[in-house]
Amino acid sequence: MANNETAKTNSLMKLVRNQCFIPVAALLLLAVFNLIADPSFFKITLGYNSAGNPVLSGFIIDILNNGSELAILAIGMTLVTAASGGQDISVGAAIAIAGSVVLRVLCGRNARPETLQAPIIVAFLVACVVAMLFGAFNGVLVAYFKIQPMIATLILYTAGRSIAAWINNNELPVISDPSFAYFGNFIPGIPVPTPVFIAIICMVIIGIVLKVTNLRLYTQAVGINQSSSRLNGLNPEMIKVMAFVILGLCVAVVGLIKVSRISSINYSVIAKDIEMDAILAVALGGNALSGGKFNMAASIIGAYVIQCLTTTLYKFGVSSTALPAYKAVVVILLVIVSAPTVREWFSTFTKKMKLSKEVA
Amino acid sequence: MVHAWTAHKACCLGVGYAKNVWEVDLRVEGNVVLKMRNIHKIFPGVHALQGVDFTLRKGEIHALMGENGAGKSTLIKVLTGVYGKEDGDIFLDGTEGPVAIHSPQDAQNMGISTVYQEITLCPNLTVAENMFIGRTAGAVQNWKKMNADTDRILQSLDIPAKAAQQLGTCSLAVQQMIAIARAVDMECKVLILDEPTSSLDEQEVEKLFKLMRDLQSKGVGIIFVTHFLEQVYEVCNRITVMRDGKLVGEYEIEKLPRVQLVSKMLGKEVDDLSDIKSETKAYDAGKDAIPVLEAEGLVSNAGIKPFNFHINKGEVNGFTGLLGSGRSECVRAIFGADRVTGGKVKMKGKDVKIAKPLDAMKNGIAYLPEDRKVDGIVGDLSVRDNIILAQQVLKGFFKPFSKAEANKVADEYIKLLNIKTASKETPIKSLSGGNQQKVILARWLFTHPEYLILDEPTRGIDVGTKVDIQKLVLKLASEGMSVTFISSELDEMLRTCSRLIVMRDRKAVGELSGEDLNQSTVMSTIAGGDK
Repeated sequence: MANNETAKTNSLMKLVRNQCFIPVAALLLLAVFNLIADPSFFKITLGYNSAGNPVLSGFIIDILNNGSELAILAIGMTLVTAASGGQDISVGAAIAIAGSVVLRVLCGRNARPETLQAPIIVAFLVACVVAMLFGAFNGVLVAYFKIQPMIATLILYTAGRSIAAWINNNELPVISDPSFAYFGNFIPGIPVPTPVFIAIICMVIIGIVLKVTNLRLYTQAVGINQSSSRLNGLNPEMIKVMAFVILGLCVAVVGLIKVSRISSINYSVIAKDIEMDAILAVALGGNALSGGKFNMAASIIGAYVIQCLTTTLYKFGVSSTALPAYKAVVVILLVIVSAPTVREWFSTFTKKMKLSKEVA
Repeated sequence: MVHAWTAHKACCLGVGYAKNVWEVDLRVEGNVVLKMRNIHKIFPGVHALQGVDFTLRKGEIHALMGENGAGKSTLIKVLTGVYGKEDGDIFLDGTEGPVAIHSPQDAQNMGISTVYQEITLCPNLTVAENMFIGRTAGAVQNWKKMNADTDRILQSLDIPAKAAQQLGTCSLAVQQMIAIARAVDMECKVLILDEPTSSLDEQEVEKLFKLMRDLQSKGVGIIFVTHFLEQVYEVCNRITVMRDGKLVGEYEIEKLPRVQLVSKMLGKEVDDLSDIKSETKAYDAGKDAIPVLEAEGLVSNAGIKPFNFHINKGEVNGFTGLLGSGRSECVRAIFGADRVTGGKVKMKGKDVKIAKPLDAMKNGIAYLPEDRKVDGIVGDLSVRDNIILAQQVLKGFFKPFSKAEANKVADEYIKLLNIKTASKETPIKSLSGGNQQKVILARWLFTHPEYLILDEPTRGIDVGTKVDIQKLVLKLASEGMSVTFISSELDEMLRTCSRLIVMRDRKAVGELSGEDLNQSTVMSTIAGGDK
C-alpha cells in the first residue's frame, strides 16, 4: 500500500519536473477558465466563405491558425537561444524582408500585376535564400565577432523594415491571383486553415532533423561549454551560425504566410513585435535564455499558450491597446513559475516535505 | 590561542627555519617596512595559511615563490585587505603596533599598492585619466594640471607614454608600467606585483625590470610574485618560499641555488637518500621503430618556444616543469587546441596537418585537458552524452548513435572505470571531481585513440582514483597505446613515465630517461643546472 503510494507520488513528481509541464498546465488552465466563463469558446462551426468553400471557424481554430507563425519561429528561436545563449530580435524585420522578397519576385516590374510573374515556389525559395543570408549575417556577427546576440541583431531590427520597403521601391504590391492566398488562408475544399498544416509540417521536419542528426547534442554542447566543445572537435562558431541560418529559414516560411494572408504587405506593421513573443515562447517552455539544454516541444507549446492567451483576452473584449498590459501580468506569473530557480526551490521544497513525511 | 598556533607552527616548520627567520629580522630591524607575523587564515575545510611570517625591507625586491595552493595569493589578499585573517599581526613602518587592514581601500591608504596580473585599468580612457581615476577631490577637475602632473610622473619613471594618449593604444608592458606608476604615485611604501610579466615578451620584461629597479632605489619595498625562475634571479634580493600554506623559509638570493629553491618549492630534498629508483622499466622501442607521433619545431600562439617531441608505440612519457613552464601549452599545440604557428608533425612517418582538435582526433589523438571544469565537462549534459560526445563528433553530424547504442556504451564505461553516478542520465556536473574525470577519460577511451594525452588527470581528485588512473595508464600502454602524462606531482610522473621532457620558462630544456629518472636529476634540470 505504502509502496504503491510512493510510486504514485514519484510518477507525479516526474510529470511535474517535465519541462512541458508548465506550458501544458498553463494551456489547460486557460482552457478551464474559458470553459467556466463561456463554453462557446470551444464551439467549432462549419460554414462557407465568400467563395463558397467550406471553412471551419471558432476560437480554437483561430488559436491554431494565428499561432502558426509563432510556433514556427519558436523552433528557430529555441535553437539560436540554445547555441548562442542570446536571442535574435530582428525576426520581425526579417519577416518583412522575406515577405517583401516573395512579393517582389511574384510581381516583377509591375506592383499590381494581373498574373503572377514567377511561380510561387520560386518566390518562396528566393525568400528562403535571402532570409538565410540575413540569418548568416547575424550568426557571423555573433559567432566570429563575438558581439552579443541582442546587439548584433539590433542592426537588422533597425534596418530591416526599410530594406523591405526598398526591395519593392516603396510601393505596396498587391497580388490578385487567388492561388497565392491559399498559403495564409484556405485551400478550396479543405476547411482547415493552411498555416496550421504548414506549422505541422515544420514541426515534423524539425522532429525528424533532431532524430536523424546530432543537431540537439551539438547545439546543447556548444551552448553549455564552448571551450570544451571545441576540444571535442566541434566548431562552435559554425554551429552558432547554423542556428541563425535555421532561424532564417523559419523566418522565410513565416514571411510567406504573413504576406499570403493579406496578399500584400504593410512594411511597418507586418510581424510587429513578433520577436518578443517568440522569445517569450522559448522562456515559457522553461528553456534557459542563457543557452544550453533545450526542449523543442515545450517551446512550441509555449507559442500556443501565448496565442491562446491573446485570443482569450480579445474574446473578453479587452481592447487591442490594453491587451499588452493584461498579457504582461499573465506572462510575469508564467515566467516566474517556469524559471529554473523557482523549479529548483520547488524540488527542494518537495524533497523536504517528503523527508518530514517519512520522519512522521 | 596564540600559544597554540605558535606551537603548531614550530612543529610544522622545524625549529631551524623559525630561528633563521628571527635572526634575519633582528639584524635589519631598522629597515623593515612591512612585517607579517604568524598569519593564520582558515577557509571552510582548508587551513590556507598556517602561521606564516613575512618581512619586507626598504628598497628591496622580494620574490614570493610557491607552487599552486602554496598560499601566496591568500597571503597577498590578507595583506591587501581582501580577506580577513584568523590570527596574526601586521606591522607597518611608521605605525606603532599592529595595523588593522579591513579593505583594499585601507591597504591603499596605508601605502600598500597592488598591481595585478590582468591590467585593471580602463583602456578607453587616457593615460592621465587612468592615473587619477577615483582620486580627485570634488567634482571639478583641473584637466591641464592633471595632464601636466601625469607627464611629470611618467617622465620621472622613464615610461614611454603621453598623458593625453588613450591607454588602449599603449603596449601591454607600458600599460603594466602605468598601472605601477599609478600605484607608486599613491605614495606607496609597499608595492605588490602579482605575476606582472606573464603576458610580456622579453624586451618588455626588461623595461619593467628597469622600472622596478628605479623604484627600488627610491626606497619602495617590492613584493614580486612570479613563476619564472630566471626573472627571480635577475631582479630579486630575497626569496620567501611557501608550500601548502606554510612558510618554508626566507633566503638571500645569493645563498639559495636554483636547485635548492626548486626542491623547497616542491617539498623534496635534492639528495634525499630515500629517493629510490622508481620501478618503471626503461622503454626500448628498438632502433628502427617509427614514432607514433613526431613533432619538429612545433610552436603555438600560447607563448612557448619551438620544441621537438616524439613518442613511440606503447610508450609513456611526460612533460615536467614548474607551473607556467609551458608543459600544458606543448600538448595543446600537439592537439591543435592552441593556434599552431609553425613546425612539422608526422604520424607514423607520414606528414599530417593538425590545425584544430578535430584534425588531431581524426589522427587518433585524444586529449584530456588540464582544466576539467572549463575545457572538459559539458556540465548540464548527462554522463551518457558526455561519454559519447567525442566519438559522436568523429562519427559525424548525420550519424547519431541510437539511444540503445549510447546507453550500452555508457553502461560499459561506467562499469569499466567504476564511475560512481546515480545513473547515466545524471548531469555530469553533479558528480564528484574524480568521477567527472573518469567520465572524460571514458569519453576519450571510447574514441580508441592510438595516442592519449593526459594533462593533470589526477589534480584535485581523491587518492584512490589517482592510483586507479595511474594503473590504467600503465595498462593502456602495455596494450600498445602511447600516452603522454603530465602531473604536478613528481612522484606520479616518475612512477608512470619512462621518459621526461623538462620544461623551464616555456622552453624544453632537457630530456631524461633511464638512469636519470630520479628526483634529484629532474629537479636540477628544472632549476637549470647548479647555477
